[in-house]
Amino acid sequence: MFGSNSSFVMYDEEFKRINIVIEKLLREANAKVIFLVDKNGQLISSVGETEHLDTTSLASLTAGNIAATGGLAKLLGEKEFSILFHEGEKDNLHISIIASRVILVVIFDNRSSLGLVRLRVKKASDELGTIFEDLAKKSEEIQKDDNYQSPFAEITDDDIDNLFN
Amino acid sequence: MSFINYASREINCKIVYYGPGLCGKTTNLQYVYQKTAPDAKGKMISLATETERTLFFDFLPLALGEIRGFKTRFHLYTVPGQVFYDASRKLILKGVDGVVFVADSQEERLDANIESLENLKINLEEQGYQLEKLPFIMQYNKRDLPNVSSVDEMRTLLNPSGVPEFEACATTGEGVFETLKAVAKQILVDLKKGGAG
Repeated sequence: MFGSNSSFVMYDEEFKRINIVIEKLLREANAKVIFLVDKNGQLISSVGETEHLDTTSLASLTAGNIAATGGLAKLLGEKEFSILFHEGEKDNLHISIIASRVILVVIFDNRSSLGLVRLRVKKASDELGTIFEDLAKKSEEIQKDDNYQSPFAEITDDDIDNLFN
Repeated sequence: MSFINYASREINCKIVYYGPGLCGKTTNLQYVYQKTAPDAKGKMISLATETERTLFFDFLPLALGEIRGFKTRFHLYTVPGQVFYDASRKLILKGVDGVVFVADSQEERLDANIESLENLKINLEEQGYQLEKLPFIMQYNKRDLPNVSSVDEMRTLLNPSGVPEFEACATTGEGVFETLKAVAKQILVDLKKGGAG
């Protein structure tokens, strides 16, 4: 699922499991918003006060931030810097990498604290790590199956052309 | 690497505009942004220097509509073209699904085009990709300027394998959507093939 040439696939079941974990984290960490992004900048899920947030842009910039930080880590001989923290006047950002695969972003204000967020994130990270491992296995099994057909196997040239009209 | 989300019925793909400094990658995205209906686009983000040179990347999310019940979203990125930003360019290529090479048609930029195309190949290989296997479109930009190389000459040097190519003038928008459409189409065709394998 995270190979360079295959697709990253998310199924209903895992999506629900992920949302349960991040919703619990949102409550327990007293956070405002939580979102999960893959390392290429695609938003996987978000919970909390997201109505006034441009989550797509946030996802892309977060991934860029993590990629740049990862570049810095390599230059210093580190595998990665797994936690980033940005402190603002009102809101703060806690960004962490889960199982070297996905990025967890927690936005919180003075109703919470860095210590609490770190503590809760650590626990949630383990749970999320397991889910993403399950997802990787499931994806691999489904794609190995001889009867597997991608939902796009039957799209026609007309379908594609219609997108642009 | 496209992201297929069965839960939200979405498919997300990443397109990267590559090319030498000042070839018009950002201008391509700006034109797409200006001409796209508000409900089909997100905010365009440009991480640029004070002199409007791309520092890290530009980003433009586009929603094209539905295909077989899946919302198709394309994330358009540009790389910083200047030679010394190579480390940043590599990062942006991660997870790419399709590449547009924007070539600067001005005669004096011919060498810069060749160098940038070589750099693209090397950086893709570092990420485990081969340019020949990726959806790839060549755009000859700035055709409106007086001192341009002939398309034949550019083709010989930059597009010997004959991938789809377009003449363009990104400031007026000529060729911009044709290029985008061609790369998006190739990506979707690739997904279709992926399903057969």
